[in-house]
Amino acid sequence: MALSNVLQIPTSGFNFENVAINVALESLLEGGHTKTPKPMKTGTTIAGLVCKEGVVLGADTRATSGEVVADKMCAKIHYISPNIYCCGAGTAADTEKTTDLLSSNLTIFSMNSGRNPRVVMAVNILQDMLFRCTGASLILGGVDCNGNHLYTVGPYGSIDNVPYLAMGSGDLAALGILEDRFKPNMEMEEAKELVRDAIHSGIMSDLDSGNNIDICVITKQGVDYIRPYQESEYKDKRQKRYKYGPGTTSILTEKIVPLDLEVVQETVQRMDTA
Amino acid sequence: MERHLMDSKIKGVSTGTTILAVTFNGGVIIGSDSRASIGGYYVSSKTINKLIQVHDRIFCCIAGSLADAQAVTKAAKFQISFHSIQMESPPLVKAAASVLKELCYNNKEELQAGFITAGWDRKKGPQVYTVALGGMLLSQPFTIGGSGSTYIYGYADAKYKPDMSKEECLQFATNALALAMGRDNVSGGVAHLVVITEEGVEHVVIPGDKLPKFHDE
Repeated sequence: MALSNVLQIPTSGFNFENVAINVALESLLEGGHTKTPKPMKTGTTIAGLVCKEGVVLGADTRATSGEVVADKMCAKIHYISPNIYCCGAGTAADTEKTTDLLSSNLTIFSMNSGRNPRVVMAVNILQDMLFRCTGASLILGGVDCNGNHLYTVGPYGSIDNVPYLAMGSGDLAALGILEDRFKPNMEMEEAKELVRDAIHSGIMSDLDSGNNIDICVITKQGVDYIRPYQESEYKDKRQKRYKYGPGTTSILTEKIVPLDLEVVQETVQRMDTA
Repeated sequence: MERHLMDSKIKGVSTGTTILAVTFNGGVIIGSDSRASIGGYYVSSKTINKLIQVHDRIFCCIAGSLADAQAVTKAAKFQISFHSIQMESPPLVKAAASVLKELCYNNKEELQAGFITAGWDRKKGPQVYTVALGGMLLSQPFTIGGSGSTYIYGYADAKYKPDMSKEECLQFATNALALAMGRDNVSGGVAHLVVITEEGVEHVVIPGDKLPKFHDE
């Protein structure tokens, strides 16, 4: 459902496409024995807060696949527009593709209207896209002509405008830190430290969050995407290349069997490379 | 460890809630709490807005699944606005309630949201309409809804009087919300009240600690 022109009024009525997807998934997975995937807060801690000069977003960088860490340096803070960034928790496919789609549509809008998109517009389009989608929970933050904004898009597509927020499997730990130390109109350095501490708490208390901490600071002047803001103390010292040179495995015997292939049909098609 | 959200009847964020609307002499007061929960055990927001303005003098408050309710009110806001432009006059409260009812009834299998619509119009003055889960539309002088409403049916029935003054009505609504929030675990936060009259719309917010107390301490 790509919108070629976001100013177009979407088709009337409700779009229950995602419900159909859930039903299809149910029948595909183990022949109908599994229920619709419940919204899972899969391995992530993301947090955001509004401060005096702008918005600070933070995320860990661990992507898990079951019990294995699939990506140690995954980027969870996605670009939406020059003044809006979005942290995503949940199914990586859902969060990445949705934010990509949103970003493209808003770029077209910017070209058509000649202005940067407003955060409230981005969040409304997200809500329409993610209605009834269980896979993604997003924190959208940005600065526009109306001020500094932070929005959450929850499971099933509900939105809320909040001053501070944490989501993902490590959200309760991070929220504890935010609830304790958040004050309205904080200074930038204090805000960055608070988000760092919140993500750090999520990393420490949740097995599925970990590795490094990314911070993204959005102000009227511009965006500072600090990746990584803080590296994990537990860096592996193993080699990153597992290439075995020729001769590692010794050859004991060698047997060559020629395959008799008959040419049945040969066609030659000339390519016009004019 | 992956955590699944508990198998609650409402999928996703729910506005397990207390909402009410009461007519008085010259206007109508619509009110709600401000708590949103997930799975009946986690408060996902202490300050959620459940009073949505669908037109200049018409508000509606939402109960049930937050995602469904927001989607319905978005569509309803657009349709009511369009209707009002076509008619070249402010919409009737009944028209706004009907729009919500059509959306709820036609999608009743999938949606889990209920509404109370209240407002003022030229034709009939202050009115209150309930749009229930399956799409039933009912007009009443006052109505309560949401999970917290079960605790205050007695209070509301006993204390409501037709043709109250604005102050009496405010007191009635505040007391009702306070009593419900005191007993229902998924209602809480602050009390939002909106007073709608011919002159305009007035928003009153009462923080949790300023709510009236009933033998609490």
